[in-house]
Amino acid sequence: MSWFKKKTYPDFWNKYLANFKSKQNKELDSIRFVVFDTETTGLDIKKDRILSIGTIAVFNGVIKVADNFECYVKQDLFNTETVKIHGLLKEGIHKKLIEREAVIQFLEHIENAVLVAHHAAFDVAMINQALKRLDLPKLKNKVLDTGHLFNKTKLDTSKLHFSLNHLSDRFNIPQHDRHTASGDAYITALLLVKLIALLKKRNSKLTLNDLLRSNNRIGLL
Amino acid sequence: MNTIAERIYDFLKAFPPFSMLTREQLLEICKAVDIHYLEKDTDLFIAGKPIKNQFYVVKDGAIGLFREETLALVDECDVGDIFGLRALMRKGDYKLSAKAIEESIVYSISSELFEDYITTNPEASAFLMSSFAANISYIESNPLQPENQTENIQDFFEEQSADYSKNPVHCSLKTSIKEAALIMTNKRVGSIIITENKIPLGIITDKDLRTKIATGLITINESVTKIMSSPVITYPENITVAEAQIAMIKNRITHLCITKDGTPNSELKGVLSEHDIVVIRENNASVLVKEVKRANTAEQLQLIRERAHQVLKRYIKQQIPITFATKIIALVNESITQRIIDLAIAEMPAPPPTSFSWLAIGSQGREEQLLLTDQDNALVFNNVNKSDYIKTQSYFLELAKKINHGLNIVGFEFCPADMMASNPKWCLSLSQWKNQFNEWITKPDQDHLMLCTIFFDFEYVYGDINLVNLMAQGIFESIDSRDIFLNYLGLNALKNPPPLSFFRQFLVEHDGEHKDQFDIKARAMMPLVDAARLLILSKNIKTQCNTINRYEKLAELEPQNKDVYFACRNAFKKLLRFRTEQGLLHNDSGRFIDLQTLSKANKLELKNCFKAVKDIQDLIQTRFKLSQFL
Repeated sequence: MSWFKKKTYPDFWNKYLANFKSKQNKELDSIRFVVFDTETTGLDIKKDRILSIGTIAVFNGVIKVADNFECYVKQDLFNTETVKIHGLLKEGIHKKLIEREAVIQFLEHIENAVLVAHHAAFDVAMINQALKRLDLPKLKNKVLDTGHLFNKTKLDTSKLHFSLNHLSDRFNIPQHDRHTASGDAYITALLLVKLIALLKKRNSKLTLNDLLRSNNRIGLL
Repeated sequence: MNTIAERIYDFLKAFPPFSMLTREQLLEICKAVDIHYLEKDTDLFIAGKPIKNQFYVVKDGAIGLFREETLALVDECDVGDIFGLRALMRKGDYKLSAKAIEESIVYSISSELFEDYITTNPEASAFLMSSFAANISYIESNPLQPENQTENIQDFFEEQSADYSKNPVHCSLKTSIKEAALIMTNKRVGSIIITENKIPLGIITDKDLRTKIATGLITINESVTKIMSSPVITYPENITVAEAQIAMIKNRITHLCITKDGTPNSELKGVLSEHDIVVIRENNASVLVKEVKRANTAEQLQLIRERAHQVLKRYIKQQIPITFATKIIALVNESITQRIIDLAIAEMPAPPPTSFSWLAIGSQGREEQLLLTDQDNALVFNNVNKSDYIKTQSYFLELAKKINHGLNIVGFEFCPADMMASNPKWCLSLSQWKNQFNEWITKPDQDHLMLCTIFFDFEYVYGDINLVNLMAQGIFESIDSRDIFLNYLGLNALKNPPPLSFFRQFLVEHDGEHKDQFDIKARAMMPLVDAARLLILSKNIKTQCNTINRYEKLAELEPQNKDVYFACRNAFKKLLRFRTEQGLLHNDSGRFIDLQTLSKANKLELKNCFKAVKDIQDLIQTRFKLSQFL
C-alpha cells in the first residue's frame, strides 16, 4: 500500500490498534483472555447480523465476572412501525446499541486480549463483517478456539467438531442460559480453564503458541 | 445488565450470610466475583502465606482445609460453605491450607466490598461473628434452615447499643510511661487513651506494658508515644454489640475508642473493651435470673425457662462458645430450682427441723444439661437423733415432693427411674449417705457402679454447703480404703468403645424405637464423662463435676498428658453442641441422631471426637492396668 492511498481511520480504531504496539506477553498466566460469543440472526456471514455479544475475561486461570461485556444490537430490519413498539418494549429489558456503537464498545473492552470462542471462526467472521460495514480492517487479536483445544487433548478423535453442548456434558459444566451470548461465553470460559488445566498437566511449560491453531488449519468455514 | 452475575446471585442467595443481604447489595457483590476452577488436589491457598483480600464459597465439589505441618484434614467445605474468612481480619497469614478434594469450582468474593454491606447489616454480621466464634471450624457447617431465615431477629441483643465506659482514663502526649502506668494502677483500669485536645491519638493497654516494658525493650521514663498503639480504631456512640465484636476481631484489638462522630478526629467519649462485651452478654442472662428471683409461682418460672430456651437456641445458632451457653443455662436452671425450693419451704407448715442441702445429680450435677430433660436430684439432711430420724426424713420427703412437683411444672419432667429426692432412697441424712456410698464402693457390682456414675456427680444447689462437702469427703474415705474400686470404675468407663468404624459400618442401634439411629450420648458422650469422673476421683478431687472443667483440671495436673485431655475437652464441647443442635432441631433430647441427615463436615467432626474417646480409654486402660481385667 503506497503512502498516498493510506486510509485515515476513526479514533476508536486507532486507539484499538495502539494496544498492539507493545510486544504481547506469551506467559499463559499473564495473558488476558476474553471469551466471547455472538448471537446472530442466522448462519450466513454475509447476510445475517449480530443480535448480541457477550464476553467474560479469564486471567491467570480465574474467570473474572467483573471484566465482562454484554450488549444487544439494534436491527435495521426491524425498523417498521409495529416492530418499533415491540422494540421499545424490549428496550425496557435490554439496552440496545446500534451496530457501530456495539463494535466501538466491544473493541474498547477486548483491547489486545487473546479472544476465545467455541468454533471461533464464525464469531470472528461475524465481527469482521461488522467491521467491514464500518469500512474497517479485520480484528488484530490472536484467537483461540475451544473446539480446537479439545482436539489437542486427543480425548476423542472420532470427530473433528464437537458442539458446546457435547463438551459441556463431557466436562460437567451446567448449561444455564444457553443461547444467550453471555451464557454461552461463560460456559466457554469454564471449558477454557478446564482444557488449559488438562493440557498443562501434560505439558507444564505450556505457552500460548502451543494453544494457537497450527498452520494446516481445517476450519469450520 | 450482567447475566453471569445474575446466575451467581441465584446461587449465593440460598446461603447465609448472603441470604441476609438485599438483592441490590448481593448483586453488587456478584458482579465482582472471581470464579476459580480447581482440579482435584490443587491448592487454593497455603498456610503461612499472607491472606488475600477475598474469601471463598464452594460452588461445586469440595474443598478440604488442612493443617500444613501434619496435613491433617481439619474441615471439609461443601457446596455453599464459606471459608477463608480470615480475609475479613485483613492482616496476617492463612492458618490452614485449602485444597480441592474433588474437582471444584469456587467463587472468591472481595472482602472489602463485602464489609461495606456487612457492617450495616446486624443479622449478617451476627452470622459472620458466629462463624468466627466457632474456634476450630472456619465455616458454618450447618447452614441455617431456610424456613428459619425469616425468623424475627429483632430481639438479637447484638443489635443493642454497646454500653461503653464513659469518662475514659486518658493522658497527654507528654506523659511518661511510668506516669501513665501509675494513673492506670490508681484508677484500676487496663487501658489508657493518649489524647490531645480531647482527640484520641493512641492507646496503651496492659498488654503493651507486658510486651514492650516488662521485656526491657523500652524504659519507663520514655514518653507514652513510644509504646502507644496508634491510630486508634474509633466508632460512634451508637455502636452495636455485633459491630464492636466484629471490629475487635477484624482489627485484632481489645479496645475501641468511642468518639463523638465516630471518626478519629472528633472528641473522645469513651472506651469499649472486650470485657465490656462479655459483661453485656452475661447481663442478658442475668436479667432472666433476676426475674426468677421475683417469680412467685412455678407457672411464672416455667415461662422464664421457656425464654431461657430461646436464648439457648440463639446461642447455638450464633455458634456462641458452648461452655458459655452451658454456664448460662445452668445458672438459670439453678436459680429456678432455688426459687422453687424457696416457694416449697414457704408452703410447708413448719420450717425445716435441721439443716439440709439440695443436690443436682447426673448431667444436671455436671451442668451439662442444655435441653429440658428429666430431673435428677437428691437431698441430704444433717444427722439427727435416732428417735427423730423418721420424723425428720418424712418432713424432707414432703418438702422434696413439693419441689419435684414444682420442677415438673417448670418443665423438668419426673425422672422415670425415680432418681429424685422424694424417693426415700435418695433423701437421707449425712451419715446414711456415707454408708450408702461406702456400700457401693465396697461392693462394686454392675448396679452399684451405675449408681456411682450418677450420684458421684452431685452439685450443691441449695441449703447448707457443708453437708455437701462432708458427703464428698465420705466418698474419698471409702475409696481410700478400697483402691480396687477405681479399677472397677475404670472397667465401667471402658464399657463403650469408640465407634471408629463410623463411616464404613454405621454403628447404629439395631433394634428398638431408635433402630438405625446413632446414640450420641451412650457412644460418644458417656465414655468421655465416665473417663473424666474416674480420673478426677483418682486425684481426690470432688469440687469439679463438669466434664469440660474436669479435663481442664486434669490437663493442669498432668501437663504431660494435656494433649489427650484437651482433645477430650474439645470433643466433649463439640458433642454437647451437636446434641443440643440436634435436640433443638427435632425438639427432643438430641440423643439419637439419624446419620443420613448429617453433612460431610459434621460426620468428620464426629469422627474426630471418637479419636479422643479412643485415646482417653487407652490411657485409662494403661493407668489402671485394666488389660488383666478385660
